[in-house]
Amino acid sequence: MKHTISILAASAVLASSQAAMAQTEIEFWHAFTGRLGELVAEQVETFNSSQSDYTVVATHKGNYSETLNAGIAAFRAGEQPDILMVFEVGTATMMAAKGAIKPVYEVMDDGFDQSKYIGSVKGYYTSPDGDMLSLPFNSSTPVLWVNRDKLEEAGINPDTDLSTWEQVGSVLDQLKDAGVDCPMTTAWQSWIHLENFSAYHDVPFATKSNGFDGTDTELAFNSAAQVAHISAMGEWAQDGKFIYAGRRNEGGANFRAGECALFTESSAGYAGIKAEAEFDFEVRPLPYWKAVASEPQNTIIGGASLWVMEGQSDEEYQGVAAFLDFLSSPEIQAKWHQDTGYLPITSEAGDLTRSQGFYEANPGTDIAVIQMTAKEPTANSKGLRLGSFDQIRGIIDEELEAVWAGDKDAQAALDSAVERGNALLRRFEQASR
Amino acid sequence: MGHMEKRVTFKGIWLPLLLVLPQILITAIFFFYPAGQAIWQSLFIPDPFGLSMQWVGLGNFEYLLSDRYYRASFVTTAVFSILVTVVSMGVALYLAILADRLIKGSGTYRTLLIWPYAVAPAVAGVLWLFMFNTRVGVVTWYLGLLGYDWNHVLNEGEAMGLVVVASAWGRISYNFLFFLAGLQAIPRSVIEAAAIDGAHFWTRFRTIVFPLLSPTTFFLLVVNIIYAFFETFGVIHTITSGGPQQATTILVYKVYSDGFVGQDLGSSAAQSVILLVIVSLLTVIQFKYIERRVHY
Repeated sequence: MKHTISILAASAVLASSQAAMAQTEIEFWHAFTGRLGELVAEQVETFNSSQSDYTVVATHKGNYSETLNAGIAAFRAGEQPDILMVFEVGTATMMAAKGAIKPVYEVMDDGFDQSKYIGSVKGYYTSPDGDMLSLPFNSSTPVLWVNRDKLEEAGINPDTDLSTWEQVGSVLDQLKDAGVDCPMTTAWQSWIHLENFSAYHDVPFATKSNGFDGTDTELAFNSAAQVAHISAMGEWAQDGKFIYAGRRNEGGANFRAGECALFTESSAGYAGIKAEAEFDFEVRPLPYWKAVASEPQNTIIGGASLWVMEGQSDEEYQGVAAFLDFLSSPEIQAKWHQDTGYLPITSEAGDLTRSQGFYEANPGTDIAVIQMTAKEPTANSKGLRLGSFDQIRGIIDEELEAVWAGDKDAQAALDSAVERGNALLRRFEQASR
Repeated sequence: MGHMEKRVTFKGIWLPLLLVLPQILITAIFFFYPAGQAIWQSLFIPDPFGLSMQWVGLGNFEYLLSDRYYRASFVTTAVFSILVTVVSMGVALYLAILADRLIKGSGTYRTLLIWPYAVAPAVAGVLWLFMFNTRVGVVTWYLGLLGYDWNHVLNEGEAMGLVVVASAWGRISYNFLFFLAGLQAIPRSVIEAAAIDGAHFWTRFRTIVFPLLSPTTFFLLVVNIIYAFFETFGVIHTITSGGPQQATTILVYKVYSDGFVGQDLGSSAAQSVILLVIVSLLTVIQFKYIERRVHY
């Protein structure tokens, strides 16, 4: 399967290291640039120098969507990599591709202990029998970021309780009255305010256990709980208490510049906020509606996992297993978790981080971990497994924009998003039949 | 002017065939083959990895045309294309008339006007996005001083305006070049004769210049509409991603989003076929009806 270019690349690598005569090359395609790209390169370098049988070659293939497309195109041409990074919304697409992927639990050797992985992290990527189909790589979960200085300026006690949306609502009123231009903003509106909202309040986002039990699933996020939340957000948007900045994480720039008091964003926003914020900031758990749930369930993850592609040699699969095992080791995981703000994928890595005193030195960094793991996930909070989901998110974005702009009420917008999304789910069901 | 052409004729069939062969080959490989593939694929619902395909006949077309959001995208595309064409050609013609009347410094003026053409659509998109960024944009800031709250992230009209301006901007250079060349090809003597007869600038423009410019205008009309249909993807992708709501989702953007975001290659192929038909129809209509009014 190896072609001219990889042979050339391999011979270049071989030429530079004499002891590498028998090394098997493992191709790994990922979507990371900048600081995250450096950290991935560092992991790969550490692995390559830790043993002499395999060489992992990591290649950046663009953003998440582009990396998935590159993997698909390469598979169609018979030139797929050994390991492909796929974002969480591409999970159903990968699972449906039976002849294109090799489940991780089959790649790993007999001693593979799946129980060491954190349930709410791996749960997104397991088969109905609980077997891991891909290896969670970078997982995060949404939290509430607070600009303490902004609260103080508005005459609000920065330690005020913000654990429920009811409390957040009254703080937004006070911020608005104090003349704050941006009381609250958000990143990733569908992920945080519908997908995680549903899991956190233990209401279904889609039928059939959010799609885990079959591709004949239908969207269900237009029920009373979600409508109430989107309705409240819509009112806040109309009153200038919630400032909509864009579909992705555009709101991050507003928060990091110190313009916004509250910001719902991934826990992995940590590195950027810590680097740029010139104000006193803090991480709080994502708020919940007391009127909907007496206490919150768990939030779900976002991020990406590593899929092993079909059609490679046995030696390569052994190398892949060794690399994935290396990534799961407590030291490597703990370092990744601390450097990036992503969740640890094993409980050992979390324990190691705690014993190293990281959480004490960096208060709030364990909130995401606690929020994810405090409760055993239910059918509504295990994750989502929906085909064409990247595009369904696009539809949700469009409909939410109609609410923020005041063009539609929450019920009409969510009904429309469900109807349009269901059409795509039916297409996906047909395509993967 | 046809009778003034010198026609070269070849004897036999082989030499002319040989001479057009490269062009035919290129057209076949880069146009007919992909177009054929698109038509073939539009009859199936394939899975993204190419592991299986299901014959649906015209099912993809039925699915698309029954989707009112897809139908709405036709209107969006028409509005967008007309605006881009009118803005880019109107401004270019105005600038060309000014440049044509320049005596000094016309070289510099022309060179400066041609520059934007070298900027790729995606880069142009990013440039305009920065100027109109709702938080740090320079233009947004000045508009704020004037009391206008610019927010193309939620305001559909502003979003459309912004992608139209960003798409038309680079195109003005191209149109300008053609208009200027067209203007300079108009014999001075005709215009001077009209001036001596007492025709003012506007009368001269309406009765002499514009009719004589019509071949250029017609050519640009065809080329600009095709540009607005197909080559503005980069601008839309970088500035609005088709939003807010579906305000800037033009047909070609939907092909991308269904094919490469949704991995729905059947629907994407069917949309390409529909686009192919639309553009062919548009071109036929333009040549059949508008060209009649063109004076060569």
